[in-house]
Amino acid sequence: MIIAVLSGFLLAFFLLCLTKPLSSRMSMLLSLLPVGLFAYFVLLLTKIFSGPTLFYSYSWVPSMDIDLQFKVDGLSGLFSLLITGIGALVFLYSSSYMKGHRYINRFYAYLSMFMGSMLGLVLADNLLLLFVFWELTAISSFFLIGFNNTSAASRKSSLVAWGVTAGGGFFLMAGLIFIGSIAGTYSLQEMLNSSEVLKSHPLYGLILFFFFMGAFTKSAQFPFHFWLPGAMKAPTPVSAYLHSATMVKAGIYLIARFTPILGGSVYWNSTLLIVGGITMLYAAYHSIFRIDMKSVLAYSTISALGILVFLLGLGTHEAFVAATVFIVVHALYKGGLFLITGVIDHQTGTRDLTKLRGLRYSMPILAIAGLLAALSSAGIPLTVGFIGKDLIYEATLIGNNGIFLTACALVVNILLACAGYLAGIRPFQGSKSDEIEVAKHPSFLMWSPPLFLGILSIVFGCFPGIMDAVTQRVLLSMQQEGELALKIWHGFNTVLIISLVTIVLGIVLFLLWKPSADKMNVVARLEHLSPESIAKAIARIFTNIAARYTLFMHNNYLRSYLRKIMLFFVCLIGYYLIKNVHLQINLDNLTTIKIYEVVIFLIMVAAIITVIVSPSRLIAIIGTGVVGYCICLIFVFFGAPDLAMTQFTIDTLTTVLFVLVLLRLPSFLNTKDGLARSGDGVLAGFVGLIISVIALQVLNEPTDKTVSMFYADNAYLLAKGKNVVNVILVDFRGYDTFVEITVLTIAAIGVFGMLKIRSSEIE
Amino acid sequence: MKILLLRTASNYLLPLLLLFSVFILLRGHYEPGGGFVGGLIASIAFILHSLAHGLENTKKILRRPPFFLIPIGLAVAMLSGLLPLFFGQPFMTGMWMDNPLPIIGLVGTALFFDIGVYIVVIGVTLTILFTISESI
Repeated sequence: MIIAVLSGFLLAFFLLCLTKPLSSRMSMLLSLLPVGLFAYFVLLLTKIFSGPTLFYSYSWVPSMDIDLQFKVDGLSGLFSLLITGIGALVFLYSSSYMKGHRYINRFYAYLSMFMGSMLGLVLADNLLLLFVFWELTAISSFFLIGFNNTSAASRKSSLVAWGVTAGGGFFLMAGLIFIGSIAGTYSLQEMLNSSEVLKSHPLYGLILFFFFMGAFTKSAQFPFHFWLPGAMKAPTPVSAYLHSATMVKAGIYLIARFTPILGGSVYWNSTLLIVGGITMLYAAYHSIFRIDMKSVLAYSTISALGILVFLLGLGTHEAFVAATVFIVVHALYKGGLFLITGVIDHQTGTRDLTKLRGLRYSMPILAIAGLLAALSSAGIPLTVGFIGKDLIYEATLIGNNGIFLTACALVVNILLACAGYLAGIRPFQGSKSDEIEVAKHPSFLMWSPPLFLGILSIVFGCFPGIMDAVTQRVLLSMQQEGELALKIWHGFNTVLIISLVTIVLGIVLFLLWKPSADKMNVVARLEHLSPESIAKAIARIFTNIAARYTLFMHNNYLRSYLRKIMLFFVCLIGYYLIKNVHLQINLDNLTTIKIYEVVIFLIMVAAIITVIVSPSRLIAIIGTGVVGYCICLIFVFFGAPDLAMTQFTIDTLTTVLFVLVLLRLPSFLNTKDGLARSGDGVLAGFVGLIISVIALQVLNEPTDKTVSMFYADNAYLLAKGKNVVNVILVDFRGYDTFVEITVLTIAAIGVFGMLKIRSSEIE
Repeated sequence: MKILLLRTASNYLLPLLLLFSVFILLRGHYEPGGGFVGGLIASIAFILHSLAHGLENTKKILRRPPFFLIPIGLAVAMLSGLLPLFFGQPFMTGMWMDNPLPIIGLVGTALFFDIGVYIVVIGVTLTILFTISESI
C-alpha cells in the first residue's frame, strides 16, 4: 500500500532527474503507473466488498502519534478509482497534448506528484498524515497552475489559488489539532467512537468553523470560489484532472469523511446547506454568462461542488446516495468536457464561444464525445446524469422545505444543463466558420479519452447496477446502513416530471441563449462587489502596509539600523532593570587595581577618543582595533588565554576586513551636525551604562557551578585533555562545533555567491 | 621602502606563522590553543602575505581556491566522528591511542576533529576575505 501511495512521488523524483525531455512514446508509457494503480484499487475494492475494511499501518513518527496509517473503505476506494482512472486518461491525453513541450518532464513530475498526494489524502487514516497530503495537493496544484511560468497572469493565478487553499489549510490544521486533542486520538477510525464527545464539546462551534474554512476553500465554495476560474490558466489536462475531477473534491471528501464524526448537528447541516446552496446558485448563474469555454466549465464545476456540499448538508440517506452518484457523474461528464475543450483549444487556438462553430465537420468523433458529455450533464435519460439528477430531486423533495430546496436544485440544474450544452454542443454546431483556420483532426490520444468517458456515462446510465456495490460501501463509510439498488426507471412520479421539466427548460434556454461579450460585460459591472475583488483589495492594502513598514525599518542605512537596534535594546532592558531588578552594586569583592591595568585603561580611553574625533575613517578603524587588543590584554590578565588568543586573531582579521571594505564605502560622511552626533552619543552612553550595570549586577547573583565543575573534573578523565575549553569544543560539545563549522561554511558560500554573482553581473 | 620591509618580512613570516598555527592546533588539548585559533592564525599568515605581495601571488602559493579546503575540513571532522561507529560505539565518541607519539602527544579522534575545524576555518576565512578583496 505504501508503495502505491508513494509511487507517484518516486516517479516525480525520477522524472526530475532526467536530463532529456521525454519523447511522446515514453510519456505514453508513464500512464502505466495510473493504470496499474487503478487495477490495484479495483482489486482492493473487490476485497472489501466481501470482507471488512482494509487497514495498513507503517511506523513513521511513533513518538508523536503519527503513523502512516491507510484505510481502504468505500469512500477512499471510490476516490482512489477516480484519481487513478481519470489520472490514466489524463496521462495518456497529455502525452499528445503536451507533445514536444520544453518542460514536459516537469509537467509529468508535477502530475504524478499530485496523483500521489491525492491518493495519500483519501487513503490516510491519520489526521496529521491527511493534512500533510492535503498540503501537498495544494503545492502540486500551485506548480501546475503556474506551469506556463512565462505568463504573468498564470503566475498570479497560481499565487491566488495557493493563497486561498493554503490559507484554508491553516484553518484546517487548527481544526484537526483541536479534533485530535479532544478525541484523544489522531486515527480517523478510532475517532468514530468519540463523535459524541466532540459534538458536545464547548469548542464544537470553533472546530466546525476551522474545519469548514479548510474544506470550503479547497472545494471552491462561495465566497472562496474565485481561485478556481483563475486556476484555468493551467494546461487543460490539468484543469480536467485537478480542478474538476479530483482535487476540488478533496473538500467534499473531507466533509463526507467527517460526517459520521462531526456531522448530524444543526450547525453542521445548516452551514453546509446554506453555503452549498449559495454556491450552486451563484456559480450556475455565472457559468452561462461566460464566453471562454473553460470559464463556463469552471463556474459549472463550482456549481456542481455546491450541489455536493448542499447534498451532504441535507444529511439524509437519500442525499448521501445522490451525492455519491453525483461525484461519479460529474467526474465523467466534466472530465470529458474539459478534455474536449483542450482538444478544441489545441487544434484551433481559441476557446471563445462566440467564434467557435461548425467544428463537427473537422472533428466528427470529438463532436460525438461532446454530445455524450453534454447529454449526461443535462441528465437526459439513459445517461448516468439522468440517474444523478433523479437522486438529487429525490433527496431534496424529502423534508419540511422540500418545495423550496427542489426549486433551487431545479434552477441550478437548468442552468447547468445549458452550460453543458454550451461547452459540449455549441462549438460543433452551425456552419463552418471562416474565422477559424481549418482545424486538423486531432490525434487518437486526444479524442479517445473524452469519448471513452462519454461512453462510460452511457454504460453507467444504462446499467446503474454496476455502481450499487460501491455506493453501498461509500454509505457504509459514512455510517449509513441500508440496501439500495440504482434503477433507470422509478415509475411515473414527481421526480420524473421535475427531471423532464429540467431537460426541456434546459434545451429551451440553450436555444434562446447566445453567449456574447456584451452579456459578459453586464455581469462584469458588478465585479467590484465580488469576493474576488474584495480579497484582492485586502491583499493590496496588506502589501502597501508591508511596503511602508519595510521602507521605514529597512532603509539601507547601516547607522539607522544600529540606532534602531540600540534604541530597542535600551528601552527594553532599561525598562526591565528599573521595573524588576533591585539595583545594588557590591564593591567589596573587587580586587585592588594594578598599575598595568590602569595603563591599559588609559590606552583604551585614548583610542576611543581618537575614534570619535578622528576625521579619517582609516584612523578610526585602527582605533577600534586598539580597543580590541586592549580587551585581549585584559583577558590575559584575568586568566582567559584561550579567549584572548581567539579575540586577538579575530580582531586582526576584522581590521583587515574593515580596511578592505573601506574602499567600497562612500566617502567619509561628515557627521559634524551637532544634533545627530549628540543624539547618537546619548544613545551610545545609555547602552554602555546598561551593559555596565548588567555586568556589575551579575556579580551579585550566586553562580551555579555544577556544569563548569563537571567539565573541569571530567575533562581529563573522560576526554584525556587538560585544556577544558578545547575539550568542551571538540569533545563534550562536538556536535555544536560541527554545526558551527557548517554554519561558517554556509556563510562563506553566501559571501562568495553574493559578491561573485554581483561582480560578474556588472561585467 | 615600507612595502619592501613588509615583503621581506612576510616571506619569512608565512612559514613561521603556519608552523606556529600547527603548534597551536596540536597543543590545544592540553594548553591554550586549538583548531579554531590555529586556523585563524594560519589565515592571518596568508592575509599578511597577500597584503605584501598582492592577492595573485598568494593564490599562486595556495595553488587552489581556498574554498577547496572547506569540504576537506568538513569531511575530516565528519570522519573523525564516524570512526567510532566502526568499533560499535556511538557517533562522535572520543577514542584514543594507548601510548603517546613523540612530539605530537596522545592521538585521538578529537585531534582529527580539531584538524577538521582548523582546515574549515582557514577555508572559510580566506574565501570570505579573498572574495571581498577581489570584488572591490
